[in-house]
Amino acid sequence: MSLKLEPNSEQIKTEKLYTQMGLSDEEFALVESILGRTPNYTETGLFSVMWSEHCSYKNSKPVLKKFPVSGERVLQGPGEGAGIVDIGDNQAVVFKIESHNHPSAIEPYQGAATGVGGIIRDVFSMGARPIALLNSLRFGELASPKVKYLFEEVVAGIAGYGNCIGIPTVGGEVQFDASYEGNPLVNAMCVGLIDHDDIQKGLAAGAGNSVMYVGASTGRDGIHGATFASEELTDESEKDRPAVQVGDPFMEKLLLEACLELVKCDALVGIQDMGAAGLTSSSAEMASKAGMGIEMNLDEVPQRESGMTPYEMMLSESQERMLVVVKKGREDEVKEIFDRWGLLSKVVGKVTEDKTLRLLHKGEVVAEVPVDALAEDAPVYHQPSKVPAYYLENQEKEAVVPEVTNYKEMLLTLLSQPTIASKEWVFDQYDYMVRTNTVVAPGSDAAVVRVRGTNKALAMTTDCNSRYIYLDPLEGGKIAVAEAARNIVCSGGEPLAITDCLNFGSPEKPEIFWQLEKATDGMSEACSILSTPVIGGNVSLYNETNGGAVYPTPVVGMVGLVHETEHITTQVFKEEGDLVYVIGETKEEFGGSELQKVIDGTYSGKAPSIDMEVEAKRQKQLLSAIQNGLVASAHDVSEGGLSVAAAESLIGTGLGAMLTTSGNKTAALFSETQSRFLVSVKRANKEKFEQLVDATLIGEVTAEPVLTIVNEENENVLQATVEELTSAWKGAIPCLVKSKA
Amino acid sequence: MYKVKVYVTLKESVLDPQGNAVKNSLHSLSYNEVEEVRIGKYMELTIGGSTENVEKRIEEMCERLLANTVIEDYRYEIEEVVSQ
Amino acid sequence: MKFAVIVFPGSNCDVDMYHAIADELGEEASYVRFDETSLEGFDAVLLPGGFSYGDYLRSGAIARFAPIMKEVIKAAEAGKPVLGVCNGFQILLEAGLLPGAMKRNDRLKFMCRPVELIVENNQTLFTNGYEKNEVITVPIAHGEGNYYCDEKTLKELEESNRIAFRYQSNPNGSVADIAGITNKEGNVLGMMPHPERAVDRLLGSNDGLKLFKSILHNWREAYVTQA
Repeated sequence: MSLKLEPNSEQIKTEKLYTQMGLSDEEFALVESILGRTPNYTETGLFSVMWSEHCSYKNSKPVLKKFPVSGERVLQGPGEGAGIVDIGDNQAVVFKIESHNHPSAIEPYQGAATGVGGIIRDVFSMGARPIALLNSLRFGELASPKVKYLFEEVVAGIAGYGNCIGIPTVGGEVQFDASYEGNPLVNAMCVGLIDHDDIQKGLAAGAGNSVMYVGASTGRDGIHGATFASEELTDESEKDRPAVQVGDPFMEKLLLEACLELVKCDALVGIQDMGAAGLTSSSAEMASKAGMGIEMNLDEVPQRESGMTPYEMMLSESQERMLVVVKKGREDEVKEIFDRWGLLSKVVGKVTEDKTLRLLHKGEVVAEVPVDALAEDAPVYHQPSKVPAYYLENQEKEAVVPEVTNYKEMLLTLLSQPTIASKEWVFDQYDYMVRTNTVVAPGSDAAVVRVRGTNKALAMTTDCNSRYIYLDPLEGGKIAVAEAARNIVCSGGEPLAITDCLNFGSPEKPEIFWQLEKATDGMSEACSILSTPVIGGNVSLYNETNGGAVYPTPVVGMVGLVHETEHITTQVFKEEGDLVYVIGETKEEFGGSELQKVIDGTYSGKAPSIDMEVEAKRQKQLLSAIQNGLVASAHDVSEGGLSVAAAESLIGTGLGAMLTTSGNKTAALFSETQSRFLVSVKRANKEKFEQLVDATLIGEVTAEPVLTIVNEENENVLQATVEELTSAWKGAIPCLVKSKA
Repeated sequence: MYKVKVYVTLKESVLDPQGNAVKNSLHSLSYNEVEEVRIGKYMELTIGGSTENVEKRIEEMCERLLANTVIEDYRYEIEEVVSQ
Repeated sequence: MKFAVIVFPGSNCDVDMYHAIADELGEEASYVRFDETSLEGFDAVLLPGGFSYGDYLRSGAIARFAPIMKEVIKAAEAGKPVLGVCNGFQILLEAGLLPGAMKRNDRLKFMCRPVELIVENNQTLFTNGYEKNEVITVPIAHGEGNYYCDEKTLKELEESNRIAFRYQSNPNGSVADIAGITNKEGNVLGMMPHPERAVDRLLGSNDGLKLFKSILHNWREAYVTQA
C-alpha cells in the first residue's frame, strides 16, 4: 500500500497551497494567529471548508442580520437544521430550503438528487417526519441541447430521490431565462411535522458523552464540495466531476426511519446531519453550539475506500450520514435501533470540555483546533456595494405600453412560454401523492397537504420572479415574499413564515452585492408587514459562469396554516353562473413582464411597484372571505397578467367565462401590476362577499367553454376556446423538450 | 478464487424502450450505422472459498435472483484468479 | 377482519395502506416486518407500494427473498386474500405467485397521475363491489409498470377471466392494457394502480375503497356461512 504524501505546514505556507483550498492570504494569516502556529494539511482543510461562504456566510451575514426572525409562533429560528413554527395542538411545522446549484450544473441527476437528500436530512435531524418536498428551478432558455439535458436530468434526479424515499414532491416552480444558461439553480425545500416534545437540537452537550457516527460509510466523494459551491463555475468545472456526491435514497429511507425512532429514545443528546463539509461541520458546529469540544478517533470512522487520510475523511461529503451525541453508557440502545434498520452505527469519539476539535488517527493527534474558530469566528466581510449602471438607466426610462395587435394570438403565445406553460411534464414524474395527504396537487397556486388526524392542513409554495428583482431588487424582493403569501392565501391558508434561498452572483462584485443588499431589504420589509418571519434558509453566491451572473434570485419558500380543511380553495372556476371579480386595480406596468420578453426579447424599465400595506390589507380581506365560505376559486394574478390568470382558471374545468375589462386593452390583459387576485363567487354570496372585500365585478363563469373578453363598449377584445388555451398551455413544454435543436 | 462476469439483457422477443431511445439518440448524432441497441446489466462477482460446482451455483444465482427469466437472458464468464 | 401490511426495507406506501384499512374501511390493520416469520391470525395480506430494497437489481427481486415471503406464499396457498399494489405487485411477480414480469414504462419516465380503470372482472373477491365494466379513477405512480407476459400466458389470463382491471387509456405500454391480474384461484391480486390512495373524496377519489370493502364483504360471507 502506498502512503499519500501530504504537504507539510512549511510547504502549505510558502507554496500558498491554502489558496487552492479557497483560503485567502489574510484568512491563512488569521488561522495562524488563532492557532499560534502554522496549520498542518488537515487543519488547513478544516478551516478552508468551514470558512467557505457555504458554511460560514462570511459575505452574507451582514445582510442576513436584517431579516425579522422572531414571532409568537416561532419555536426555532435560523441556526439549526431547519426552522420550526407552532401550528397548535402541540404540533409544529418544520421547514427549510437549500440550494444545490453547483453540483447540479456539473452532474444534474446526482446534483439534484443529493440536494433533495440533504434537505430531507436537515428536517428529520430536528426530529420531524418529512411530509412534503418542493423545489424551485431555473434554467437557460429551453432551446439548446445542453439546457434540455440539464432540465430533464434535474427533474429526473429530484423524482428519483423523492419518489424512492416516499416523500411527496407537491409543488414548486420552474422558470427559464438566458441568465441561467450555464448555471442552473436547483433549490429544494422540505416540510416536516413534529410534536413539540420531539424537537431536537444539534448539540454536543455533556462532557464524556459519546459521539456516534450513523448511516452510510465514508468515501472520497464530494471532497471540498462546500468550497466548490463557493466558487464561480468555469469551463474547467466540468472536469471536477469527482467532487459530486452520489445519492442513495434507499439508505436515507432507512436512516430516516431509524432516526425518528432514535428521537423517541432519551439516550439521545443531540443529532446533526453531515451535510456540506461533512464530519467537519457537524462535529465543530455541534460542539461550538454546546460550548464544548469533541475528540474523535478517525480510525473508527466507517470507511468505504481503503487508505483514506484524515483530510479526506473530514472533508468527504458522502451522503446519508448523521452525527449523534449519546449519553455515556447508553450507546448500545442506539446501536440496537440502527442494527434493526440494517445501518452502521459506531462510537467515534467523545464530548470534551476543552472547546477543541481534536482528531486522532493511527495513534497520533492529527488536528487540534478550537471549535469556535471553525464554527463561529470565520471572518465577516462587509463587501462594498455600488448601484449598477443598468439599474439607473432603467429607472430613467419612460414606461411604455408594448404594442399588441392580435390579443388572442398574444394570449396563446404567452400561455406557451415555458415559464407560464403547464409544468405537468415535470410533476407527472414526481410522486406527489404518496402518504395520501395531498389535497391540492402541483399546478394550483400553492400545494395543500392535510395534517392527518386533525382538521388542519398546510399550504406551501416557492416563489421568486427574478426579472423584477434584476430590474429593481428592492421592489422585487418585496414582490417575491408578497407573491408567496398571495399563493398561500388563495389556497385558504394563513401565511406563517418563510425560508429563503439567496441565489446571487459573486458578492465580491459591488453591483452584485448591491443587488443582495436591496433584495434582502425588500424581503425584510415584506416579511415584517405580512408577519411572516424568516425561520431559516441558505445562501448560494458565486452563481456565475465565465463572468456572467445569474439574475438575483432570492427564492421564497412559504408555509401557511389552513385552519379547517373546508377552507381549502383552488384556482379553477367551479360552476356556471359564478361571478368573477378582480381584487386590485390594474396599472400600465410591463417592466420585467412576460409580454415584454415576448415582444422585446429582453427586460427593461421599471419593475412593477408594490405597496405592502395595500397588499397586506387585500390578503386579509380575501382570506377572511375564504374562511367565511364565500369564495369558489381564487388565483393570484402574476406572469402574463389577468388574461393568463383567467385562462389558468378555466383549463380543465369544461367551463368558460365572459369578462369585461376597462382602460388600455393591453394593460388590462397583460400588465403585471401586483397585489391582484382573480376570484369567483357564487351568486348567492354576492352581497356578503362585496361587503367583506374591495373587488370589482368583471363577469361570470359560463357553460360554453370559451373565454370571451370585451371592453366597456361591449366590443370583442379577445375570444378563444378553452381547447385552444389548453393546447397552447399544456403542449409547450413537452414540445420544446422533444424538439431537436 | 474466481471472478465471474454476469451479463443480463432483455430477451430478444421483448421490446427494449431504453435501447430504442439510445439508438435514436445515436442516430441524431449521425451514427446512422447503428441498427440496434440492447441495454443490459453487467455484474462482477468475486467468488472465494469452496471451488466446487462454481458453474452450477452461478447458474442457480442467475436463475433465482440475478435475472428475471420471464423477460431476461443471461450469460456469464468464469475466470479463475490466482492469488499470489 | 385483520389485515397484515407487510413492511420491507424501502416500502413507502405501507402507511397509506394501513390508514385505508384502519381509518376508512374501519377494520384492524397491523404492520408486519419483512424479517418476521409468522402471519398467524391475519385474514388478509397486503403488500404495499414503494421501493423495497431501493428497487435495486429489479423491482421486487430482492424483497421476494425476505423471510416473511414464505408466510405470504403460505397464506396465498391457504386461500387467504393477498393483494400486492405497485411494488407489491412486482414482488408477487418475482415470487411467482402471479405470471409475467414488469418492465420500465415505455416512455421511460416515472409517471404519477389519476387514471381511469375498467373493471374487467367483478366476480373476484377483490372486485365484487364494482359493476362489470365500471370505470373508476385510481392513481398510478410508477416507473416500472409496463406489464409483460408472453402470448400463451396472455391467452390463459384472458380465457380464465383473470384480468381484473384494464387501463382505459394505456399509460405505460402494458400488454393488453393490463392494470391488474389475479392468480388461478382468484385469491391473489396484483395491480399497479393504488386503490389505497383513492379512499377519501377530499383527495380526489374514493373509488378504491370498494376494493377493500369487497375483500371485507367476501370474508364476512365466508365467515357467516362457516358459522
